[in-house]
Amino acid sequence: MKKQSSNKSRSSKYQTHLPADLEKVRKRIEGYAKDFGLDFFDVIYEVLDWNQINEVASYGGFPNRYPHWRFGMEYEQLAKSYSYGLSKIYEMVINNDPCFAYLLYSNSMVDQKLVMAHVYAHCDFFKNNLYFAHTNRKMMDEMANHKTRIMRYIDEHGQDKVESFIDSCLAIENLIDYHAPAIKRTRAPGGDIGARRPVRKLRADRQYMDKYINPSKFMDEQQEQIDKEVQMEKQFPEHPQKDVLLFLLEYSPLDNWERDILSIIREEAYYFAPQGQTKIMNEGWASYWHSKIMTQKVLTDAEIIDYADHHSGTVAMGPTRINPYKIGLELMRDIEERWNTGRFGKEYDECDNMVEKAHWDKKLGLGREKIFEIRRLYNDIMFIDEFLTPEFCAKHNLFIYAYNVSSEQYEVASREFEKIKKQFLFQLTNFGQPIINVVDGNFRNRGELLIKHTHEGVDLKYSYACETLKMLYQIWRRPVTIETMYDGVPKYIHCEGEEVKEERV
Amino acid sequence: MAQKIDQDVGRFKQIIRGRVKKELRKFISSGELIGKKGKDLVSIPIPRIDIPHFVYGDREKGGVGKGDGDVGNGVQPGEGDAQAGNAPGEHILEVDITFEELAELLGEELELPRIEPKGVKDLDTKNIKYTGMSSAGPESLRHFKRTYRKALRRQIISGTYDPKCPVIIPIHEDRVYRTWKEIKDPKSRALIVYMMDVSGSMGDEQKEIVRLECFWIDTWIRSQYEGLDVKYIIHDAVAREVDKDTFFHTRESGGTIISSAYKLFLKIVEENYDVSEWNIYPFHFSDGDNWSGNDTEECLKLLKTDILPISNVFCYGQVESEYGSGQFLKDLEERFKDDELLLTSKIPNRDEIVNSIKTFLGKGK
Repeated sequence: MKKQSSNKSRSSKYQTHLPADLEKVRKRIEGYAKDFGLDFFDVIYEVLDWNQINEVASYGGFPNRYPHWRFGMEYEQLAKSYSYGLSKIYEMVINNDPCFAYLLYSNSMVDQKLVMAHVYAHCDFFKNNLYFAHTNRKMMDEMANHKTRIMRYIDEHGQDKVESFIDSCLAIENLIDYHAPAIKRTRAPGGDIGARRPVRKLRADRQYMDKYINPSKFMDEQQEQIDKEVQMEKQFPEHPQKDVLLFLLEYSPLDNWERDILSIIREEAYYFAPQGQTKIMNEGWASYWHSKIMTQKVLTDAEIIDYADHHSGTVAMGPTRINPYKIGLELMRDIEERWNTGRFGKEYDECDNMVEKAHWDKKLGLGREKIFEIRRLYNDIMFIDEFLTPEFCAKHNLFIYAYNVSSEQYEVASREFEKIKKQFLFQLTNFGQPIINVVDGNFRNRGELLIKHTHEGVDLKYSYACETLKMLYQIWRRPVTIETMYDGVPKYIHCEGEEVKEERV
Repeated sequence: MAQKIDQDVGRFKQIIRGRVKKELRKFISSGELIGKKGKDLVSIPIPRIDIPHFVYGDREKGGVGKGDGDVGNGVQPGEGDAQAGNAPGEHILEVDITFEELAELLGEELELPRIEPKGVKDLDTKNIKYTGMSSAGPESLRHFKRTYRKALRRQIISGTYDPKCPVIIPIHEDRVYRTWKEIKDPKSRALIVYMMDVSGSMGDEQKEIVRLECFWIDTWIRSQYEGLDVKYIIHDAVAREVDKDTFFHTRESGGTIISSAYKLFLKIVEENYDVSEWNIYPFHFSDGDNWSGNDTEECLKLLKTDILPISNVFCYGQVESEYGSGQFLKDLEERFKDDELLLTSKIPNRDEIVNSIKTFLGKGK
């Protein structure tokens, strides 16, 4: 491990806002974080009062966002909630190079220490996790640019018009391809796969007669005709396209300013997507490290009680609230333990002797290495899929609950491992969003748009679906239809302007 | 302090109140936060606008939970969820939206100043409020958790804490007690007198306007005063004192002699109230069609010599009816042009109620 050297080298470049006492603490914690092997961008801390921190939080962490009422709505909620003593924002950290993190002015020193330790681990995660690799690390600047562009459109077209268009775009902001950064979906243009359909020739018994019975000029014309037909039959898009926003960007009849706004919404959606994809891991990772750094290095005796109080507050779970901090933290620790003792792999899985299993220890010491590998390569779905074990569920008393129609209450439905895992994964699949693809941009041969919801057992909320279609119509400007299922019956919901109707497929 | 977010907040409030972008109104949901006020749970309304998305319906909602309980035991989802839905059974709460909050909303909306009561009234010691901590105090006010923490901290620092036998014994210095302050509430009293013209020319719509306006005025003034008396007077050619219900529902017919109401008002005040102790708010609503110029002259005289000197403000609201000439308002304005204590407003339709209230209460008298 490199010590000391890394400690002082780059640290003071940006630190202009921290009071001396916090700066001293920050340097120490940064040093410890590096000693533990965390690898992060420079972190700029800003100390804000609660008004400011609520403001920045309403903007999703970016002080410079375009004007929109929903930020005001968030602020109202945060401010009210804070002033009634119901919630308080402890920390906020922005995926950017350099990383920005905000500290609440009124927090006690032990809280500030905890937050800093937590932030360095988040920042390490942003920098190293694969799913963040595609994100724009100059997003602070990019967001400010978005603001400038939208402000210009507001000047040109008026606030109402621009805002309404943003509203329409936001209604479909979840229709992006969450896996796009990992998969290359578009085929290189030009490569026409599939055999050419040949022209049927008339029979010519004698070969020399062929050029008279099937004259080559005629044959070429026929071939051209067929090629055209094939072209006509082709689907548009050729394959279902999951990035609905991209499809709209490319093919909907938008003005330039509208297209630009749609692209802004799409870019921001992709930027925020990995934070949703890795919520459990990211919070688990940060909680793991703040507790390591705090308890092993930073805390003074006098601080330990307050620290324990606050730490347990962040990782507390209600009976029906899965706290990502807690699950993430416990899974990280569980994995570390399993790879330290060798409780994984064929030999362990096939061992029937419970006593032996309980005392299993191969003294491999691979735990730390393993969790670093996980933070680099995994997202939440893979994380839960691979590392949630029956032992873990039993130890943490997990269950699944469901609504019981006859008793009209939510009830514990099961404690079986397979079901718990399935429910977990279902909640995470596509990050809780329905899977929707564009399947036809020329539906009914009338330039209408057909999107298809891949039904996985849960119906779409009908009222919302209708309203969203209306918003989508604002962008496509031709009738739009979604194919989905209600009560097991395949349905088209079709929207022409203000009118929405339902048809059986 | 001006913040960047202010314009977004303003925009959001405008949408909520339906001033702009009416098409978004259908997405407004009345969310709430559940707060605690002493032992009571209170609901803090948080309106939200949900932009629709393609999302899953609620019906088959379920999830992963943690805790004890066998299969079939009930659980309570949604606790601590800021965006609690409106589906039944999602959470229990005691709703406590008070007139105070309503008044606050009104005051905020109309930017009403707080009313400054006339004269300093007897100071009434009302409440005690726990505000801080102290190292001395009665045992009944000992703060158990803080005392425990202090003791725990001391034992850890001094090395007497044994994790194997975590017994914490607070000594005298560890003890922490709650301290309180006495909150002194000035107590002043107000009398509102609503007078309404119920002559034949006042239609149902006009009365509805008066009813709505009175409700909001009542709410606001109630929030400003401890003890509030409300009197109702209706008049056509003669005036009589009535109860609230009658006030809003009577439809009389006949002529209009406004002075009859003013005389009755003066009589009520004189008989029951000490004008140096009470803040008096007469409100008069009419369509402005008085019987004769002579009577109008009499009204103006009464106002000048008897009513205005004892009132905080005198408010006259004129509704518009098909028959009314609206002459009374003109006469008032002519005579009392520069008098701050006499406020007039025209209320041609429901939309104007808000402005009228603002005119009446915006001065903070």
